[in-house]
Amino acid sequence: MKYKIVFYTVGRVMLFEAALLMIPLAVSLVFGESCAVAFIISVLIALVPGLALTLLCRGAQKDIFIREGLAIVALSWVCISAAGALPFVISGEIPSYIDAFFETVSGFTTTGASILTDVESMSRGLLFWRSLTHWLGGMGVLVFVMAIMEKVPDRSINILRAEMPGHSVDKLTPRSKSTAKILYYIYLALTALEIVFLLLGGMPLYDSIVHALGTAGTGGFGIKADSIASYSHYLQWVITVFMLLFGVSFNLYYLLLLKKWRAALDSNELKCYLGIFLAAFIIIAVNIYPLYGSVADAIRLSAFQVSSLVTTTGYATADFNLWPQLSKAVLFLLMFAGGCMGSTAGGLKMSRIVVLAQSVRNELRHALRPRAVSSVRLNGRRLDPQEVKSVHSYFAIYITVIIAVFLLISFEPFGFETNLSAAVSCVNNIGPGFDLVGPAASYADYSGFSKLVLSLAMLLGRLEIFPMLLLFSPKLWSKR
Amino acid sequence: MRIVIVGCGKIGQSILKSLLRENHEIVAVDIDPDVISAISGNYDVMGICGAGTHFKTLSDAMVKNAELFIATTGSDELNMLSCFLAKRMGAKHTVARIRGQEYSAENIQFLKRQLELSMVINPEQLTAQTIFNILKFPSAVRSETFTRRRFEMAELSVKPGSALDGVSLSELRQRYSAAFLVCAVLRGEKAYIPGGSFVLEAGDKLGLLAAPEDMQKLLRGMGILQKSAKHVMILGGSRIAQYLAEDLIRGENSVKIIEKNEERCAELCGELPDNVLVICGDGSDKELLIEEGLDRADAFVSLTGIDEENLLVSYCALGRKVPKVIAKISQDSYSDVGGRLGIDCVVSPTHITADLLVQYARALENSLGSSVETLYSLMNGNVEALEFDVSDDFACAGVAIKELRLKSGVLLAGIIRGYKTIIPGGDDVILPRDRVIVIAAGQKLCDLSDVIA
Repeated sequence: MKYKIVFYTVGRVMLFEAALLMIPLAVSLVFGESCAVAFIISVLIALVPGLALTLLCRGAQKDIFIREGLAIVALSWVCISAAGALPFVISGEIPSYIDAFFETVSGFTTTGASILTDVESMSRGLLFWRSLTHWLGGMGVLVFVMAIMEKVPDRSINILRAEMPGHSVDKLTPRSKSTAKILYYIYLALTALEIVFLLLGGMPLYDSIVHALGTAGTGGFGIKADSIASYSHYLQWVITVFMLLFGVSFNLYYLLLLKKWRAALDSNELKCYLGIFLAAFIIIAVNIYPLYGSVADAIRLSAFQVSSLVTTTGYATADFNLWPQLSKAVLFLLMFAGGCMGSTAGGLKMSRIVVLAQSVRNELRHALRPRAVSSVRLNGRRLDPQEVKSVHSYFAIYITVIIAVFLLISFEPFGFETNLSAAVSCVNNIGPGFDLVGPAASYADYSGFSKLVLSLAMLLGRLEIFPMLLLFSPKLWSKR
Repeated sequence: MRIVIVGCGKIGQSILKSLLRENHEIVAVDIDPDVISAISGNYDVMGICGAGTHFKTLSDAMVKNAELFIATTGSDELNMLSCFLAKRMGAKHTVARIRGQEYSAENIQFLKRQLELSMVINPEQLTAQTIFNILKFPSAVRSETFTRRRFEMAELSVKPGSALDGVSLSELRQRYSAAFLVCAVLRGEKAYIPGGSFVLEAGDKLGLLAAPEDMQKLLRGMGILQKSAKHVMILGGSRIAQYLAEDLIRGENSVKIIEKNEERCAELCGELPDNVLVICGDGSDKELLIEEGLDRADAFVSLTGIDEENLLVSYCALGRKVPKVIAKISQDSYSDVGGRLGIDCVVSPTHITADLLVQYARALENSLGSSVETLYSLMNGNVEALEFDVSDDFACAGVAIKELRLKSGVLLAGIIRGYKTIIPGGDDVILPRDRVIVIAAGQKLCDLSDVIA
């Protein structure tokens, strides 16, 4: 482990965050809010460790091996969350630091779980910062830093790999830096497109930007107590469609830009994604029809909720706590799915589901015909047994993490449904759960300890477990 | 510039590393998934697993808008075919490694024309040529020539107690009448472009530029001139050995090749002229080497396929006071080990090939201005010597050199004008159609105008 390069990069990320905090500062100045002072103080506080680390660790060797990549990513995410929580505390709008930390982690990890009981009383600058963290966390903070850094260190692909969602990251271009740039350009373009569509539907500019940022990162922080429910049907449909779009692999958009239609659409991950969406959508629409008595309403509400949960966004237009048991069960299962690999969505990811499903099929076939040879294919490519194995072990660890989180927060005097859905929702970066943590409620009632456990769960889920988990391993930190 | 490299063996990876240092966009293609995953983990390149002759692999590798396509797989025919396909798909320039001995020089010319190859590289032949140059001029660790052999660049090492030890460069200039220039000095890990007050120390490695006849005079004056090697002993009957033996016999040297494998010995015996003595025996056996006259040889060249063996046997030959010892190393990163053992002549086929491609890529980048004609990386890659062809519209033509504001770390070392060679002083000028030799430390020059700050 080379400490110097790790701390140097973390320092750079802190400096970068200080610069980013200027954006909500500008917003609060525009609205003439008093939280501007809190942002100024936070910028100054973030600058101290940022400058100290970059200056102390200057001239470090630029080699980033896998270990350094993992450590850089995990440490950076903890540090930016810790510093990002400052404006909430300093402004006094979220007095407890643990609450503010939970809220910021939830922002960066694009979870959207909130401890706020009254969102509408928050100042606009702070709400903007909350949504901006979604946008940055969605594609990756370090990916962003890499895209704008003048010289990228060698082997920087190790950072990209550790941070990008999905079990194997393909480069779009030979250079990591230009790959990061292309991803962000696509991301930016889609976000801008959504803002335009929202503006066309008559949503105010501030609301459009905040909701577009939340959708793009598949986050889910809203600015209304009832999330999206009070907006017009047109706006709800726009957000439904864009949530689905941000759950699709960004590589696919790049292929479309290059006019490689065949390669883009010949993806069984995409087919699985759309298939799961359609199936869940139809079941729920039929199931909730008697409740609303209108086909249009049932379709709209079902489509919105399903696309919100399958992409791990977490916006809501209805309190699905009140829906029939079948619909709730389907929504609960959707929480595990997640979007496609290489999108901003969290969760298990479609590609892993495709691999797991094929493995199960192969095992069954193998039980009947022990000599049959079978393979696992993903997007037209045969996977190496080693790759399949790593998906299996990821699944095992993923389930273990959910169980552990569930156990740790079960000290709370809440129901089984609440705690289990909170654990699943946080690990998968969704946001709302069921019962007491449902879309109409918040995580405010949890104790400080449980909030920290859930914060860790969100980080584990966003960074695909390994970087965060290895942070606690002494082997990662040994010099040799 | 986008460059596609097909085949990432030792040579391919060495090329990849050198071109990456030049800041090119590189796509690496190999058939072995393990190689690809190692490469894409270690370098900032795009790795693609597949055969270099498959349409899908080539289109994934974005060959269509590649400036340079390099095929260095183990098979000549595969290289030719993939270069041909790449050219058809729109790659601008193609380079194939062709090393089979069945491809004679005229055959290669024919293939090059028909397949529209921009360049054919044969690392073994290039290495043999380099070794041949050293043997012809054994006083230097290495010697390179520039256009029409007007200038020679020799890398010398300063031995303790020699005429160079503890002498400043300005003293050196007064002592010898010949025109020469010490253009770079490597001390430890650091390379200097020295001024007149620079004092040489034992253990330094220096780059000396002079016209060939001056070079002879100079080295004789310094007392380090060695006669060109007459009796050469080669260990290992590799392809390099075969090329080298052919060159040496043409130069009327006596050559002895020691090779372990009986079949290979028979093959060599059949293909080489009669006056090459091929001996079948294990060259790592010291007794055998002494019996075969190691002590009487003017030069010993170790060319087996095993780096450790080459270094070890060369070290032993040094101990037997063989005047010139050369070892071949294929793992580039270990070439400094040779220096530490006192074997200052270490040649590396991968390094030589990579240098050639870097030179080629630089020339491509700048096909309009005063382009790079020759490029040598000296002093373990810390310093570059470049030869530029001055174009007719060179902005600073006719301006006295003392008036030019040169970048730091850059030295105008020599000018070739027609058949005249000039070691430039402050009053000399650069004219169109001159050849200019520039020494640069720590920067990448593509055009002669890059020299000016």
